[in-house]
Amino acid sequence: MATPEIARGTWLVVPLYNEGPVIRSVVEHARRTFPNVVCVDDGSSDDSVAEAKAGGAHVVRHAINLGQGAALQTGIRYALLDPGARWIVTFDADGQHRTEDALRMVERLAAEPLDIVIGSRFLDDRTKPGLLKRVVLRAAVIFQRITSGVRLTDAHNGLRAMTRETASRIRITQNRMAHASELVDQIASLELRFAEEPVHVIYTEYSRSKGQSLWNSVNILSELLFK
Amino acid sequence: MDTGKILIQIILIIGLAVPAVIILLPTKGARGLAIRRLTMLGILLGGIVAVMFPSLTDAIARTLGVGRGADLVLYGFLIVFVSYTLSTSAHLRRVDRQISELTRELAVARAEPPTAVTPDR
Repeated sequence: MATPEIARGTWLVVPLYNEGPVIRSVVEHARRTFPNVVCVDDGSSDDSVAEAKAGGAHVVRHAINLGQGAALQTGIRYALLDPGARWIVTFDADGQHRTEDALRMVERLAAEPLDIVIGSRFLDDRTKPGLLKRVVLRAAVIFQRITSGVRLTDAHNGLRAMTRETASRIRITQNRMAHASELVDQIASLELRFAEEPVHVIYTEYSRSKGQSLWNSVNILSELLFK
Repeated sequence: MDTGKILIQIILIIGLAVPAVIILLPTKGARGLAIRRLTMLGILLGGIVAVMFPSLTDAIARTLGVGRGADLVLYGFLIVFVSYTLSTSAHLRRVDRQISELTRELAVARAEPPTAVTPDR
Protein backbone atom coordinates (compact mmCIF):
# COMPACT_ATOMS: atom_id res chain seq x y z
CA MET A 1 0.00 0.00 0.00
CA ALA A 2 1.02 3.54 -0.69
CA THR A 3 1.61 5.78 2.28
CA PRO A 4 -0.89 8.67 2.53
CA GLU A 5 1.93 11.00 1.58
CA ILE A 6 2.59 9.14 -1.66
CA ALA A 7 -1.09 8.61 -2.42
CA ARG A 8 -1.76 12.32 -2.05
CA GLY A 9 1.36 13.59 -3.76
CA THR A 10 1.34 11.36 -6.85
CA TRP A 11 -0.44 12.04 -10.11
CA LEU A 12 -0.84 9.37 -12.73
CA VAL A 13 -0.75 10.79 -16.24
CA VAL A 14 -2.49 8.48 -18.69
CA PRO A 15 -2.52 9.30 -22.42
CA LEU A 16 -5.86 8.05 -23.69
CA TYR A 17 -6.78 7.27 -27.26
CA ASN A 18 -9.62 4.93 -28.09
CA GLU A 19 -9.23 2.64 -25.09
CA GLY A 20 -12.92 2.55 -24.26
CA PRO A 21 -13.13 -1.19 -23.56
CA VAL A 22 -10.46 -1.16 -20.85
CA ILE A 23 -9.86 2.35 -19.53
CA ARG A 24 -12.49 2.22 -16.82
CA SER A 25 -11.09 -0.85 -15.13
CA VAL A 26 -7.52 0.41 -15.60
CA VAL A 27 -8.39 3.70 -13.88
CA GLU A 28 -10.41 2.02 -11.13
CA HIS A 29 -7.60 -0.37 -10.40
CA ALA A 30 -4.92 2.30 -10.47
CA ARG A 31 -6.91 4.59 -8.18
CA ARG A 32 -6.80 2.05 -5.38
CA THR A 33 -3.12 2.93 -5.10
CA PHE A 34 -3.01 6.38 -6.66
CA PRO A 35 -6.27 8.32 -6.22
CA ASN A 36 -5.16 11.15 -8.50
CA VAL A 37 -5.36 10.13 -12.12
CA VAL A 38 -5.55 12.40 -15.13
CA CYS A 39 -6.45 10.89 -18.48
CA VAL A 40 -5.54 13.01 -21.49
CA ASP A 41 -8.00 12.15 -24.17
CA ASP A 42 -6.28 12.61 -27.50
CA GLY A 43 -9.39 12.98 -29.62
CA SER A 44 -10.83 9.50 -29.11
CA SER A 45 -13.78 8.60 -31.29
CA ASP A 46 -15.17 5.99 -28.87
CA ASP A 47 -16.54 6.27 -25.34
CA SER A 48 -13.10 6.57 -23.73
CA VAL A 49 -13.86 9.90 -22.08
CA ALA A 50 -17.08 8.72 -20.40
CA GLU A 51 -15.43 5.48 -19.32
CA ALA A 52 -12.42 7.28 -17.85
CA LYS A 53 -14.70 9.64 -15.93
CA ALA A 54 -16.77 6.70 -14.73
CA GLY A 55 -13.57 5.17 -13.42
CA GLY A 56 -12.95 8.33 -11.42
CA ALA A 57 -10.22 9.99 -13.46
CA HIS A 58 -9.84 13.66 -14.24
CA VAL A 59 -10.13 14.05 -17.99
CA VAL A 60 -8.43 16.64 -20.14
CA ARG A 61 -9.43 16.60 -23.77
CA HIS A 62 -7.39 17.48 -26.82
CA ALA A 63 -9.68 19.01 -29.40
CA ILE A 64 -7.76 17.19 -32.13
CA ASN A 65 -5.55 14.12 -32.16
CA LEU A 66 -1.95 15.13 -31.57
CA GLY A 67 -0.20 11.95 -30.53
CA GLN A 68 0.98 10.29 -27.35
CA GLY A 69 3.91 12.61 -26.70
CA ALA A 70 1.68 15.67 -26.82
CA ALA A 71 -0.84 13.98 -24.55
CA LEU A 72 1.87 13.25 -21.97
CA GLN A 73 3.03 16.85 -21.98
CA THR A 74 -0.55 18.05 -21.54
CA GLY A 75 -1.13 15.67 -18.65
CA ILE A 76 2.07 16.77 -16.93
CA ARG A 77 1.11 20.37 -17.38
CA TYR A 78 -2.30 19.67 -15.85
CA ALA A 79 -0.96 17.71 -12.90
CA LEU A 80 1.49 20.49 -12.10
CA LEU A 81 -1.46 22.85 -11.60
CA ASP A 82 -2.01 20.98 -8.35
CA PRO A 83 0.50 22.53 -5.97
CA GLY A 84 0.42 19.33 -3.93
CA ALA A 85 1.68 17.22 -6.82
CA ARG A 86 5.12 15.99 -5.82
CA TRP A 87 5.55 13.02 -8.14
CA ILE A 88 4.25 12.36 -11.60
CA VAL A 89 3.95 8.92 -13.11
CA THR A 90 3.31 8.25 -16.79
CA PHE A 91 1.14 5.21 -17.19
CA ASP A 92 -0.34 3.48 -20.24
CA ALA A 93 -4.08 3.31 -20.74
CA ASP A 94 -4.26 -0.24 -22.04
CA GLY A 95 -3.57 -1.97 -18.75
CA GLN A 96 -0.08 -3.22 -19.56
CA HIS A 97 1.53 -1.55 -16.56
CA ARG A 98 1.28 -2.66 -12.95
CA THR A 99 0.56 -0.19 -10.15
CA GLU A 100 2.88 -2.14 -7.86
CA ASP A 101 5.76 -1.26 -10.17
CA ALA A 102 4.68 2.38 -10.30
CA LEU A 103 4.47 2.49 -6.52
CA ARG A 104 7.96 1.10 -6.12
CA MET A 105 9.25 3.74 -8.52
CA VAL A 106 7.63 6.58 -6.57
CA GLU A 107 8.95 5.14 -3.32
CA ARG A 108 12.42 5.27 -4.78
CA LEU A 109 11.97 8.91 -5.76
CA ALA A 110 10.80 9.66 -2.22
CA ALA A 111 13.69 7.84 -0.59
CA GLU A 112 16.65 8.30 -2.91
CA PRO A 113 18.23 11.40 -4.47
CA LEU A 114 16.75 10.77 -7.92
CA ASP A 115 15.01 12.96 -10.48
CA ILE A 116 13.42 10.28 -12.60
CA VAL A 117 12.93 6.53 -12.50
CA ILE A 118 12.34 4.65 -15.74
CA GLY A 119 10.74 1.26 -16.02
CA SER A 120 12.62 -1.47 -17.79
CA ARG A 121 11.32 -4.76 -19.12
CA PHE A 122 14.79 -6.20 -19.43
CA LEU A 123 16.24 -6.06 -15.94
CA ASP A 124 14.64 -9.37 -15.14
CA ASP A 125 12.92 -12.00 -17.22
CA ARG A 126 9.32 -11.61 -16.19
CA THR A 127 8.24 -9.82 -19.36
CA LYS A 128 8.06 -11.95 -22.46
CA PRO A 129 8.02 -10.00 -25.69
CA GLY A 130 8.29 -11.84 -28.98
CA LEU A 131 11.68 -12.39 -30.58
CA LEU A 132 11.25 -9.73 -33.26
CA LYS A 133 10.08 -7.21 -30.72
CA ARG A 134 13.07 -7.99 -28.53
CA VAL A 135 15.45 -7.45 -31.42
CA VAL A 136 13.89 -4.11 -32.36
CA LEU A 137 13.87 -2.90 -28.76
CA ARG A 138 17.52 -3.87 -28.39
CA ALA A 139 18.39 -1.95 -31.53
CA ALA A 140 16.52 1.06 -30.14
CA VAL A 141 18.53 0.85 -26.93
CA ILE A 142 21.81 0.83 -28.84
CA PHE A 143 20.69 3.74 -31.02
CA GLN A 144 19.79 5.60 -27.85
CA ARG A 145 23.17 5.02 -26.25
CA ILE A 146 24.93 6.33 -29.30
CA THR A 147 22.80 9.45 -29.73
CA SER A 148 22.27 10.48 -26.12
CA GLY A 149 25.00 8.73 -24.17
CA VAL A 150 22.45 7.64 -21.58
CA ARG A 151 22.70 3.97 -20.77
CA LEU A 152 19.27 2.44 -20.39
CA THR A 153 18.23 -1.14 -20.92
CA ASP A 154 14.76 -0.35 -22.25
CA ALA A 155 14.34 2.54 -24.64
CA HIS A 156 10.60 2.72 -24.98
CA ASN A 157 8.93 1.94 -21.71
CA GLY A 158 5.86 4.06 -21.00
CA LEU A 159 6.11 3.64 -17.23
CA ARG A 160 8.14 6.43 -15.69
CA ALA A 161 8.09 8.30 -12.43
CA MET A 162 9.53 11.76 -11.96
CA THR A 163 9.68 14.46 -9.35
CA ARG A 164 7.73 17.65 -9.69
CA GLU A 165 10.88 19.56 -10.49
CA THR A 166 11.81 17.17 -13.29
CA ALA A 167 8.29 17.30 -14.68
CA SER A 168 8.41 21.07 -14.88
CA ARG A 169 11.79 21.04 -16.61
CA ILE A 170 11.25 18.51 -19.35
CA ARG A 171 9.62 19.60 -22.59
CA ILE A 172 8.15 16.95 -24.85
CA THR A 173 7.86 18.42 -28.32
CA GLN A 174 7.79 15.20 -30.32
CA ASN A 175 4.09 14.70 -30.66
CA ARG A 176 4.03 11.12 -31.79
CA MET A 177 6.08 8.15 -30.71
CA ALA A 178 9.60 9.60 -30.74
CA HIS A 179 8.89 11.33 -27.42
CA ALA A 180 10.40 8.40 -25.52
CA SER A 181 13.77 9.03 -27.14
CA GLU A 182 13.34 12.76 -26.74
CA LEU A 183 12.85 12.23 -23.03
CA VAL A 184 16.07 10.25 -22.79
CA ASP A 185 17.89 13.01 -24.66
CA GLN A 186 16.62 15.45 -22.07
CA ILE A 187 17.77 13.21 -19.23
CA ALA A 188 21.21 13.75 -20.71
CA SER A 189 20.93 17.46 -21.48
CA LEU A 190 19.32 18.38 -18.15
CA GLU A 191 21.78 16.09 -16.37
CA LEU A 192 19.01 14.37 -14.45
CA ARG A 193 19.76 11.75 -11.85
CA PHE A 194 18.01 8.70 -13.18
CA ALA A 195 17.58 5.08 -12.27
CA GLU A 196 15.94 2.08 -13.83
CA GLU A 197 13.46 -0.12 -12.09
CA PRO A 198 12.54 -3.59 -13.28
CA VAL A 199 8.89 -3.69 -14.28
CA HIS A 200 6.60 -6.34 -15.59
CA VAL A 201 4.73 -5.42 -18.74
CA ILE A 202 1.63 -7.49 -19.19
CA TYR A 203 1.05 -8.27 -22.85
CA THR A 204 -2.62 -9.10 -22.86
CA GLU A 205 -4.56 -10.20 -25.91
CA TYR A 206 -5.98 -6.69 -25.93
CA SER A 207 -2.70 -4.81 -25.77
CA ARG A 208 -1.20 -7.14 -28.33
CA SER A 209 -4.03 -6.57 -30.73
CA LYS A 210 -3.74 -2.81 -30.66
CA GLY A 211 -0.26 -2.39 -29.37
CA GLN A 212 2.76 -0.86 -30.74
CA SER A 213 3.25 -2.40 -34.10
CA LEU A 214 6.83 -2.90 -35.11
CA TRP A 215 6.18 -0.62 -38.06
CA ASN A 216 6.24 2.08 -35.45
CA SER A 217 9.98 1.69 -35.01
CA VAL A 218 10.40 2.91 -38.58
CA ASN A 219 8.23 5.91 -37.80
CA ILE A 220 10.11 6.64 -34.59
CA LEU A 221 13.42 6.58 -36.39
CA SER A 222 12.23 8.93 -39.11
CA GLU A 223 10.69 11.29 -36.58
CA LEU A 224 14.02 11.44 -34.79
CA LEU A 225 16.07 11.96 -37.91
CA PHE A 226 13.88 14.64 -39.46
CA LYS A 227 12.84 16.57 -36.41
CA MET B 1 34.62 20.68 -71.84
CA ASP B 2 35.84 19.81 -68.40
CA THR B 3 35.96 23.37 -67.07
CA GLY B 4 32.34 23.84 -68.13
CA LYS B 5 31.28 20.72 -66.29
CA ILE B 6 32.93 21.94 -63.11
CA LEU B 7 31.17 25.25 -63.55
CA ILE B 8 27.69 23.74 -63.63
CA GLN B 9 28.57 21.50 -60.72
CA ILE B 10 29.62 24.49 -58.65
CA ILE B 11 26.44 26.32 -59.57
CA LEU B 12 24.26 23.35 -58.66
CA ILE B 13 26.01 22.71 -55.37
CA ILE B 14 25.69 26.35 -54.39
CA GLY B 15 22.10 26.30 -55.56
CA LEU B 16 21.36 23.38 -53.26
CA ALA B 17 23.46 24.56 -50.34
CA VAL B 18 22.23 28.15 -50.19
CA PRO B 19 18.57 27.32 -49.58
CA ALA B 20 19.67 24.81 -46.96
CA VAL B 21 21.65 27.51 -45.15
CA ILE B 22 18.82 30.00 -45.50
CA ILE B 23 16.45 27.50 -43.94
CA LEU B 24 18.77 26.54 -41.13
CA LEU B 25 19.58 30.12 -40.17
CA PRO B 26 16.76 31.80 -38.32
CA THR B 27 15.87 34.74 -40.52
CA LYS B 28 14.03 37.74 -39.27
CA GLY B 29 10.48 37.66 -40.56
CA ALA B 30 10.41 40.62 -42.94
CA ARG B 31 13.76 39.97 -44.58
CA GLY B 32 13.16 36.25 -45.00
CA LEU B 33 9.80 36.91 -46.57
CA ALA B 34 11.26 39.56 -48.89
CA ILE B 35 14.01 37.18 -49.99
CA ARG B 36 11.48 34.47 -50.74
CA ARG B 37 9.31 36.83 -52.73
CA LEU B 38 12.22 38.24 -54.72
CA THR B 39 13.41 34.72 -55.50
CA MET B 40 9.98 33.73 -56.67
CA LEU B 41 9.77 36.87 -58.80
CA GLY B 42 13.18 36.18 -60.32
CA ILE B 43 12.19 32.63 -61.17
CA LEU B 44 8.99 33.75 -62.84
CA LEU B 45 10.74 36.48 -64.84
CA GLY B 46 13.42 33.99 -65.84
CA GLY B 47 10.67 31.68 -67.02
CA ILE B 48 9.08 34.43 -69.15
CA VAL B 49 12.43 35.29 -70.72
CA ALA B 50 13.08 31.62 -71.43
CA VAL B 51 9.73 31.31 -73.15
CA MET B 52 10.31 34.43 -75.23
CA PHE B 53 13.78 33.42 -76.38
CA PRO B 54 13.91 29.61 -76.45
CA SER B 55 17.40 29.61 -77.91
CA LEU B 56 18.66 31.59 -74.93
CA THR B 57 18.53 28.64 -72.53
CA ASP B 58 20.48 26.55 -75.04
CA ALA B 59 23.13 29.22 -75.34
CA ILE B 60 23.46 29.60 -71.56
CA ALA B 61 23.53 25.83 -71.14
CA ARG B 62 26.38 25.49 -73.64
CA THR B 63 28.48 28.16 -71.94
CA LEU B 64 27.91 26.36 -68.62
CA GLY B 65 28.80 23.04 -70.22
CA VAL B 66 25.43 21.38 -69.73
CA GLY B 67 24.72 20.72 -73.39
CA ARG B 68 21.00 21.30 -73.74
CA GLY B 69 18.80 24.09 -72.51
CA ALA B 70 16.21 21.57 -71.37
CA ASP B 71 18.76 20.05 -69.00
CA LEU B 72 19.56 23.45 -67.58
CA VAL B 73 15.88 24.10 -66.96
CA LEU B 74 15.58 20.69 -65.31
CA TYR B 75 18.47 21.45 -62.96
CA GLY B 76 16.94 24.79 -62.15
CA PHE B 77 13.66 23.07 -61.41
CA LEU B 78 15.43 20.62 -59.13
CA ILE B 79 16.93 23.43 -57.07
CA VAL B 80 13.64 25.26 -56.76
CA PHE B 81 11.83 22.07 -55.86
CA VAL B 82 14.29 21.03 -53.16
CA SER B 83 14.39 24.44 -51.53
CA TYR B 84 10.62 24.66 -51.64
CA THR B 85 10.29 21.26 -49.99
CA LEU B 86 12.73 22.17 -47.25
CA SER B 87 11.20 25.52 -46.44
CA THR B 88 7.70 24.08 -46.51
CA SER B 89 8.51 21.26 -44.13
CA ALA B 90 10.24 23.68 -41.76
CA HIS B 91 7.16 25.84 -41.88
CA LEU B 92 4.90 22.86 -41.27
CA ARG B 93 6.89 21.79 -38.23
CA ARG B 94 6.54 25.25 -36.78
CA VAL B 95 2.81 25.24 -37.40
CA ASP B 96 2.53 21.75 -35.88
CA ARG B 97 4.19 22.98 -32.74
CA GLN B 98 1.92 25.96 -32.51
CA ILE B 99 -1.16 23.81 -32.96
CA SER B 100 0.03 21.49 -30.19
CA GLU B 101 0.56 24.41 -27.85
CA LEU B 102 -2.84 25.83 -28.72
CA THR B 103 -4.60 22.51 -28.26
CA ARG B 104 -2.85 22.02 -24.93
CA GLU B 105 -3.86 25.45 -23.68
CA LEU B 106 -7.44 24.81 -24.74
CA ALA B 107 -7.53 21.36 -23.16
CA VAL B 108 -6.24 22.58 -19.81
CA ALA B 109 -8.42 25.70 -19.86
CA ARG B 110 -11.58 23.69 -20.51
CA ALA B 111 -10.84 21.01 -17.93
CA GLU B 112 -11.91 21.25 -14.34
CA PRO B 113 -8.96 22.28 -12.18
CA PRO B 114 -7.14 19.36 -10.58
CA THR B 115 -8.65 18.86 -7.16
CA ALA B 116 -6.55 16.22 -5.53
CA VAL B 117 -8.07 13.45 -3.53
CA THR B 118 -6.79 13.36 -0.01
CA PRO B 119 -6.85 9.79 1.19
CA ASP B 120 -8.51 9.29 4.53
CA ARG B 121 -6.25 7.68 7.01
